[in-house]
Amino acid sequence: MPEPIILIEKAGVRLGGVPVIQDVSLSIDAGEFISILGPNGAGKTTLLKLLLGLIRPDTGRVRVLDRAPRRGLAEVGYVPQRRVLDIELALRARDLVGFGLDGHRWGIGLPDRGRNVMIEQALEEVDALQLADAPVGQLSGGEQQRLLLAQALLSGPRLLLLDEPLANLDPAHQHEAVALIERVRRVHGVTVLLVSHDINPLLPVTDRVVYLAGGHCAIGSPQQVITGPTLSMLYGAPVEVVHIKGRYFVIGVEV
Amino acid sequence: MITPIDLFRHDFVQNAFLAGTLVAILSGLVGYFVVLRGQAFVCEAMSHVGFAGAAGAALIGVSPLIGMLLFTLLGAAGMGALGRRLRNRDVEVGMLLAFLLGVGLLFLSFYIRNASAAVNLLFGSILSVTNADVILTGLSCLLSLIILAILFRPLLFMSVDPDVAEARGVPIAFLSTAFLILLAFCVAQAMQVVGVLLVFALLIVPAAAAEKLTHSPLAAIGWSVLISLVSTWGGLILAFIGHWPASFYIVSMSCGIYFLSFIPSRLHPSRSPTGVNHRGRERNLGA
Amino acid sequence: MIVPIPVADYRPNAMFTLLHYPFIQNAFMAGSLVAIVAGVLGYFLILRGLTFAGHALSSIGFAGAAGAVLLGIPPVYGLLAFTMGASLFISSSSGEARGRDIAIGVIMTFALGLGVLFLSLYHGFAEQAYSILFGSIVGISRGDLSLATVLAVGILVVLASLGRPLLFSTFDPDGAEARGLPVRLLGMVYLILVALAVSLAMQLVGVLLVFGLLVGPPATAIRLVGRPSHAIIVSVGLGLAYTWAGILLAAWSGWPVSFLITAISFGLYLPVRLRGSRRSRCRMGAARALPSVRTASSRCSQQVIDDHTD
Repeated sequence: MPEPIILIEKAGVRLGGVPVIQDVSLSIDAGEFISILGPNGAGKTTLLKLLLGLIRPDTGRVRVLDRAPRRGLAEVGYVPQRRVLDIELALRARDLVGFGLDGHRWGIGLPDRGRNVMIEQALEEVDALQLADAPVGQLSGGEQQRLLLAQALLSGPRLLLLDEPLANLDPAHQHEAVALIERVRRVHGVTVLLVSHDINPLLPVTDRVVYLAGGHCAIGSPQQVITGPTLSMLYGAPVEVVHIKGRYFVIGVEV
Repeated sequence: MITPIDLFRHDFVQNAFLAGTLVAILSGLVGYFVVLRGQAFVCEAMSHVGFAGAAGAALIGVSPLIGMLLFTLLGAAGMGALGRRLRNRDVEVGMLLAFLLGVGLLFLSFYIRNASAAVNLLFGSILSVTNADVILTGLSCLLSLIILAILFRPLLFMSVDPDVAEARGVPIAFLSTAFLILLAFCVAQAMQVVGVLLVFALLIVPAAAAEKLTHSPLAAIGWSVLISLVSTWGGLILAFIGHWPASFYIVSMSCGIYFLSFIPSRLHPSRSPTGVNHRGRERNLGA
Repeated sequence: MIVPIPVADYRPNAMFTLLHYPFIQNAFMAGSLVAIVAGVLGYFLILRGLTFAGHALSSIGFAGAAGAVLLGIPPVYGLLAFTMGASLFISSSSGEARGRDIAIGVIMTFALGLGVLFLSLYHGFAEQAYSILFGSIVGISRGDLSLATVLAVGILVVLASLGRPLLFSTFDPDGAEARGLPVRLLGMVYLILVALAVSLAMQLVGVLLVFGLLVGPPATAIRLVGRPSHAIIVSVGLGLAYTWAGILLAAWSGWPVSFLITAISFGLYLPVRLRGSRRSRCRMGAARALPSVRTASSRCSQQVIDDHTD
């Protein structure tokens, strides 16, 4: 039985004296598609940062790829939440994507055919080759997201962490994005952890769900986790879940 | 009528062009990053910090350049300590700027009878550059260029995409501080050419114009350096022909080029291959 | 040899006797006006992210004043013309902060270049230039004071009437616009008020250092108290305190008043800033919000997290 690619045991993180996540345990196998859900401030981004080695757990332990997480591991790819890029920014799509190859290396870097070929391949894969010379600031949110995905792929990751890639996308583009990520997962055999607000676009592709709320987490299939009783327990307040036409709607009581 | 050849026989003219060229090249390069990182205000604060240092040094009889360098380095260290969110620290930077300007003014008030030092600080003293100054400038510019070359890729990466860069192991805090130190050196040099108030002319304006002319980072750097050089040379030549301060001519040239750089983008309204600008305009408070 | 400039040829025995001198009285009144106006305007300046623009406006004002002196007219008119023009330009430039700051920076640089030119053209007015840039407490006449009072009262009246919409559009521009408030117009009017305030402050602290009063007291106040009305009151109070202390010290020591005010302002800001009071920023408590609760609480907790990940 192969080691889980991610193993978290009773991890807790405090920020500024406030516990953000407490006593979180989960184990994720290679190749899974995991959706991480939960309200704002519940610790979803904190969880990603734990896995990236950017912060250490105050309690418990975290193992990624069978060792303690460390910054700069090429096997862990990261697509952060989209930042607003200045329209005038003098940076083309191919430059942004190229960072994934060697942005972290010292020096200037000599122009290299092979490098350009790899960048264009990555662009092709996310369906953005025609944008190669476009200034990144002028691209739409969805397009920039695809570039960041291509950038993450260039380091040859085994694990892909995406922070709210579907936010601010309309349903049609969400659908495209999800299909793209799933395709990438199949082709490259990566494990995907995707943070989202809304489970519904991800239902066709998600294997399991990690739901973070109230500092605690529940993990399981969507049907197991997204239920009234489970969420009420997490939130510590009555929560109802309505399942209509294959979609989940969480209805909370106003605090 | 003095011919150009006659002009160049003079030491001070040669020195002015030499020092000016070196500083222009470095400023064009560093300025690209300042504009990229949105650190225009930090740059301004740095020049005021340097002003205080120079004024203080002159007060105690030490070379203003030493005072400038010392203070700007301290300023860089201080601002580096504010952390990577320097972008949102306008208020802190502003307070530092105001305070150091006040300090500089205090020093200045103590020897206002000796106006020439004050004039040099405010207006720049490119026309009184000595041979020793040129050598010092050359060495420090060369050193800065080498350091910038080494830091180039990770600095670019983390200026655009700090989250991913950090995840990829780029040492963000170190690079931020290193850049500030480089900026400090560059500002001190630029102050010698154009004075405290006009440092922007060499650091910000050429890079801002370059941004309008191209989308590729390397091309933008090239343009930035070129515009900086042209402004400096043009400004110096005008200064020798005309009667006004060299710094004024240099500023006018670089600002003039900046306004000219609007023209190409007007001629090609849609430069993006995607044709349509998908993005909605960002919310702006209307200042 | 280093010779301090004596402000006046006297050394009072006690500070109390200072208050008898009309020039000191004028300085106090003008200074108080500046402190009040700056304390209120500065609060919005910080919240609207216009700190750099504020600095740029004062530099641009200097160029205008220098130009006016060159033309032989009172500097305040050049100041007003240039700062108003710059305000209109700044408020019309759209886009986000980085691009706007750069555009402002270029205009400021060009204006300063002109200022340098004007300074160099007319060597005779080095003293006047000095006072435009850095202020002086001895130069305020009754006439100056009247003008200052009119300006200050005007600004405060406009601010009072616009207060609530301005606050609203500062904290929640989208919401304000949805309610039909003319957000851009408010922004423009605000910047024009700042231009007027900078012109007002020229007399006392000089254009370059109006910052000390425009940013210092509000920045300190924001870190001490949370509610806008309280923060503005504290800001004005601090500004008045700094100004009075600065004027007294300047008269007594002969040191430049703008340095003293800025030093006091910075000196009090620094410990407050380093102490890092979070009270004012996070009023919403822990982030145990349900998905349906608005993002305000998450923004605040994100702020706490941001502050800690420096």
